[in-house]
Amino acid sequence: MANGNGNGNGNGAIIRMSGIRKVYDTGKIMVEALTGIDLEIEKGQMVAIVGPSGSGKSTLMNLLGCLDTPTSGDYALGGQNVSGVSRDQLAEIRNRRVGFIFQNFNLLPHISALENVEMPMLFGGVPVRERHQRAGELLARVGLGDRLDHKPTELSGGQMQRVAIARALAMNPDIVLADEPTGNLDSTAGSDIMSLFTELWQQGRTMIIITHDPALARRASRVVEIRDGRIVHDQVAAA
Amino acid sequence: MKNDLRVILSLFASSSRLQRKRAYLTIAAIAWGTVAILLLLAFGQGLRLQLDKNRRSTGENIAVMWPAETAKAWKGMPPGRAIRPSMDDIAFLRERMPELKSVFGEITSGRTALAYGRKTVSGRVIGTNVVYGEARKHYPMAGGRFMAPEDEIQRRRVIFLGDELAKDLFGDEPPVGKTLQLNNTPYLVIGVMQKKTQMGMYGGPDANHAIIPITTFRAQFGRDRLNNLAIETWNPEEMKSALRKLNEILGAKYGYDPTDERALQTWDMVKSSKIMKNMLIGIQLFLGIIGALTLLIGGVGVANIMYAVVKERTREIGVKMALGAKRRWIIAPFVLEGLVYTFIGGALGIIIATLLVALTSFVPIEDNKVMAFLGRPTLSIQIGVATSMILGMIGLLAGYFPARRAASIDPASTLRYE
Repeated sequence: MANGNGNGNGNGAIIRMSGIRKVYDTGKIMVEALTGIDLEIEKGQMVAIVGPSGSGKSTLMNLLGCLDTPTSGDYALGGQNVSGVSRDQLAEIRNRRVGFIFQNFNLLPHISALENVEMPMLFGGVPVRERHQRAGELLARVGLGDRLDHKPTELSGGQMQRVAIARALAMNPDIVLADEPTGNLDSTAGSDIMSLFTELWQQGRTMIIITHDPALARRASRVVEIRDGRIVHDQVAAA
Repeated sequence: MKNDLRVILSLFASSSRLQRKRAYLTIAAIAWGTVAILLLLAFGQGLRLQLDKNRRSTGENIAVMWPAETAKAWKGMPPGRAIRPSMDDIAFLRERMPELKSVFGEITSGRTALAYGRKTVSGRVIGTNVVYGEARKHYPMAGGRFMAPEDEIQRRRVIFLGDELAKDLFGDEPPVGKTLQLNNTPYLVIGVMQKKTQMGMYGGPDANHAIIPITTFRAQFGRDRLNNLAIETWNPEEMKSALRKLNEILGAKYGYDPTDERALQTWDMVKSSKIMKNMLIGIQLFLGIIGALTLLIGGVGVANIMYAVVKERTREIGVKMALGAKRRWIIAPFVLEGLVYTFIGGALGIIIATLLVALTSFVPIEDNKVMAFLGRPTLSIQIGVATSMILGMIGLLAGYFPARRAASIDPASTLRYE
């Protein structure tokens, strides 16, 4: 793939956030969702971001994934400064650097699993044949080699989440960002997905998982706890 | 750019489609609007062609003058003098204005007795020159002819009849070759005018008068002052200067101010045809606008549906954005979709309208006074192009505004929960 894994800075920090604030202006009241986040994530870490609802987790996830921009503060993703870029540039950064996995999968329902996995590569300008081949390989890797032409509605929850994981890996991104990935799954499917995550991490992926699930958080190499818009706890688990 | 196009087409192909019923209704609205605009424009076009044809049936590039009285004093002479050109002025003007296509004079006798067998009708008889036939479109029906130069030179007693006058006098009998009595003098009928629908006239409809050579007229009635003097130019643009020159020539001869418009009252058909042409363009524009408004309603329907589609696909759009779709890749497939609905509807409308217009050609026009005046609805390339452009504009706009809304969707807020 054309993009490297963003080792622009020497010490391998793939995410560098400092003094990040996010204020939502609802017209009448200003809500400060993040009050000053400083966060660095090393390449190859598996980080769980935990915290009660309303703590600012989702806001942090939107910022990490370049779906939104901070009100103030600096954010560099893979050495590339993200603040102050246009919407289209932001889209390109998401395309090349971030693989999303959502609680509700967010697959496009009317196209096949293969086409879903191809979608980011379409935006990334990957030629058709390569796109096709790579999507097939990725689906095989998540154990869906025999479900390429199935529509998402013909798949189980766990299978849908696997398709989403394959899609997240399509552009070989700097980080995989998962938002409550097991929230909509039964415990068996959930633990399958968790194992897949661990596997990916062991292969060297940088994984960031936002979760309520203590079982999933336990698997992470580092747990960052957020409360009231700031980091209250940051613990690297003993390996 | 090439990559853009490929992405857009691929996205368009993979977007979820409208429900069938909605798509059909939208397409039907556009088809209806297209039919409306096409029929209105076709009707306008038919009217325009027919009125133009009817107008031309009196003559083209002609100005007719009625000798009258001066209104301005000139070289010591008071206003109010009658100006009465005579037969000699025809030859005089032909000599002095060789650039004209033709010059002819008319001497008229109203309520003249024309008799054939036991039947007598009272009609208008005009003595005029040979060129009158061409200039005033007095084309003979098969088997007859208009006056020839020899008729005028030799003062022959020959007569050319308007079609209705001929019917009054001869009934179903063929008039050509018969001899009728004009004020008890025998005249040979040489031709009958082809039927025509006439828009402009002076003195009366051409169908009701009879034409004899001007020389014969003088011999029969003993008059040589012209009731009308007329000129015909080769091109419409020459008429204005020709009239100016004519007034200078006759003004010098009869002693009146060449700028005096009352000396010879003039009906300049070139000028009045221009006015009519503008009026007809106005009518067609008006019809076109009504049609365009009808079509616009169809466009509003498309836009409305596209807005609903954007709403329906909010999450889909959000997902695509999260995966890295750029603004234009979100917008273009929507615009394309709006255009596709408009195009299908427009194509249907064009087919239906063409069929309907083709159907009207089965309505007989000849014996129908209304149709003879209104003409047949006619579609033209210009109408097609204009309609297509309006359709294209509406399609673009109907897709663009909803697409802009789609592109302004915030992916962060659409992706998380149901």
